[in-house]
Amino acid sequence: MQPGALSDALKKGAIWGFIVLELIFFSVAGEYLALSDKAFMDYENMLLLLKQSAPIGIIAIGMTIVMINGNIDLSVGATYAIAAIILLDSMTWTVFAGLGDWVIPVSWLLALAVGTFLGALNGLIVWKTGVDAFIVTLGSMLGYRGIVFMFNGENPTSHLNWTLVDFAEAQFLGFHTATWFLAIVTVIIWFVMTRTVHGRNAYAIGDNREAAVNAGIRVGPHVMINFAVIGFLAALSAVVFYSESGSVNPNDGQLYELWVITAVVLGGTKITGGAGSVIGTIGGVIAIQLLRKGLGHIGADTSTVNLVIGLILIAVLVLDRQLNVKGKEELKV
Amino acid sequence: MTDPVLRLEGIVKTFPGVRALDGVSFSVMPGEVHALMGENGAGKSTLMKVLGGIHQPDEGKIYVGDTPAVMSGPLEAKAKGIVFIHQELSLATELSVAENIYLGELPRSSFGRVDWSELYARTDAILKKLNVGFNARTRVGTLSIANQQMVEIARALTVDAKAVIFDEPTASLTDAEKVVLFDVISDLQASGVGIIYISHRMEEIFKITDRISVLRDGQYQGTVNTADTDEEKVTQMMIGRKLDLSRNAAHHELGKVALEVRGLTCGGMYEDISFQIRRGEVVGFYGLVGAGRTEIAETLFGLRDPSAGQILLDGEEVRISSPTDAIAKGISLVPEDRKGQGLVLGMNCRDNMTLPQVDDLKAGPFVAEGAEVAIFDQYRDKLDIRTPGWKQQVGNLSGGNQQKIVIGKWLSMHPNVLIVDEPTRGIDVGSKSEIHKLLRALAAQGYAVMVISSEMPEVLHVSDRIVAMYSGKIMRTFTSEEVTEDSLIQAISGLGGERAA
Repeated sequence: MQPGALSDALKKGAIWGFIVLELIFFSVAGEYLALSDKAFMDYENMLLLLKQSAPIGIIAIGMTIVMINGNIDLSVGATYAIAAIILLDSMTWTVFAGLGDWVIPVSWLLALAVGTFLGALNGLIVWKTGVDAFIVTLGSMLGYRGIVFMFNGENPTSHLNWTLVDFAEAQFLGFHTATWFLAIVTVIIWFVMTRTVHGRNAYAIGDNREAAVNAGIRVGPHVMINFAVIGFLAALSAVVFYSESGSVNPNDGQLYELWVITAVVLGGTKITGGAGSVIGTIGGVIAIQLLRKGLGHIGADTSTVNLVIGLILIAVLVLDRQLNVKGKEELKV
Repeated sequence: MTDPVLRLEGIVKTFPGVRALDGVSFSVMPGEVHALMGENGAGKSTLMKVLGGIHQPDEGKIYVGDTPAVMSGPLEAKAKGIVFIHQELSLATELSVAENIYLGELPRSSFGRVDWSELYARTDAILKKLNVGFNARTRVGTLSIANQQMVEIARALTVDAKAVIFDEPTASLTDAEKVVLFDVISDLQASGVGIIYISHRMEEIFKITDRISVLRDGQYQGTVNTADTDEEKVTQMMIGRKLDLSRNAAHHELGKVALEVRGLTCGGMYEDISFQIRRGEVVGFYGLVGAGRTEIAETLFGLRDPSAGQILLDGEEVRISSPTDAIAKGISLVPEDRKGQGLVLGMNCRDNMTLPQVDDLKAGPFVAEGAEVAIFDQYRDKLDIRTPGWKQQVGNLSGGNQQKIVIGKWLSMHPNVLIVDEPTRGIDVGSKSEIHKLLRALAAQGYAVMVISSEMPEVLHVSDRIVAMYSGKIMRTFTSEEVTEDSLIQAISGLGGERAA
């Protein structure tokens, strides 16, 4: 076994091991502490868990590729809210009045296009100005959220289309529509990142930007494409969730960026870029969702859940650092 | 007579205040290995940057084959068949060997997919030529530095190169790997590629090159056939006569041994290092970049843990676990990179100088301003630091005065042993001799001074004794009376040792 192989294996498998631990813990603890007498590891419960993971999960897949690329996007929550409003409101626009249920795909496309545009706009600014993505998307987070409030003030935007609700609540092979969307997005992005030139170049840029530039990789377009993808996925997440709920509050999606980043980091993506995988991110998303659901199952309130997740995130990063310390002759920092 | 593959004509490049290249002309024939030599700062790397399009020349022309070429960047140089093998590694460590070798040029199949089988097949073919112990799928981060260097070298074999420039390619290679590299070079030669080979190592130069061109202070000194010359002559061309190579003659009264090192070893960086420095003595450490000198200094300052050996201060064995520990034990390090490691450029002179002891300078919960100013005034007078006042931002001072601030900072900690790493890098000539005088004066006051330098005149000027290092080992220790430039150059090129053995 080569040196580092053990820590590599640990890091790659760690999130799944953690999920198993969670399952065991909540199943056992649930026996004594649960408020209901339903078992935690119930089939229906697990299906529901996957469905509930989808909104955060779809965005987290996008965040993974942006972070592998060496950037970050804080504006996803606001993009999510804007796309939701476009989706629900456009179904009532008089121009589409004659379309009947055909308004659904039109509204979907509209919402997705707006999300993609907002993401691409972030990418374009990062590319052309060279300003750090953290600052750019911090600005657009505030700006996009401002647009949300301009639209309808503090009031929710609502529209229920029952055809849409039926579609969103459907189950195919047992899995909910949202779960299917998450799975398909995961497979596609996994393919892009591991099999295509764009994906591999994105890794190279995040890993060693200078080497990538020297090798003639055009950094800017790759960055912009990845931002467009995360914008699209934020909108897709909104489309999937609000097709069912039919009502969006102007505060919806707030703090999503932080949940998403937490899941991505737990899944093993390096915050400095160059390493990570969408499969790991799915692990991170499920681990967080399990923790929320599990702690709820044994009677903990939301604040306790947040405290625990915060502690686990820090513990994971400390552990990761320990595993990465090289020989003792290394220069100390 | 065949035409040269690459020809430079009268290249001039000036930077503010410096004429870095002054009318450099030389040409590389197909199938030739052409060495480019010169001391540090002679202009070799500037010339390579001009060739690679990173700098544009002020005057002069570059010809590839017989057409004049304007290089707009590394990519264009590569497209024209000029390939650089850099000394500094330019690799993405999380990616596989194959992806690094074909970085930016991954073979594609439909839908923008990477053609993995093609990629791995091509890479494995190249790696087979290089005879290395890893394959196309190995992650670069798991390779040793030497193997990473081989990955870098493999990049030269991906394109149909006309000229390949190797910049210190053997700096981190073992002897066995060097043999492979030389085989690669002769293969390239046989297929008519011209090679520019930059190295300080005489034995390699004489083993594999056909012609040698020498630069000194940005000026082209001439080209000689390797067969018609010898080390002495090349050395003379490199160092010339106009440099002031006067040696330090006056010795101070030496006190007892302040620092002694016995058999110190640290991983692959240096091994079995033993030396003594007495109070009142300046010991110069001379060697090529990467010879392990800075690493020794870092170990003495507690930044690295040695794997074997002893460090003795005033005759007592000590373990130095951290810089704080080193400072407490009376060791100070003036680091190599003044702006990056030695100073906070945006802070004023006084705050920079008192930075390491600001914890102790307190009046109640507040920083004692008065005490700080007093310390600054004391060392400003002692070191003759020219600044309008303590409020001046350090970033606005000249290089020489910045260096004095760093030295003053460490002197104010009252060390016994002062280690200075490349004390005059990037400092103009006038200030250099001031710093040299200062180092001598400090020794006269009873400090033990260790000077690490890559500039021969500097080591000769300031040192009572000179330790010559070559790839992590001490080759020889000279007293200032017995040292000659030639013997010193040979010792740091690894030749003195062979002769002694």
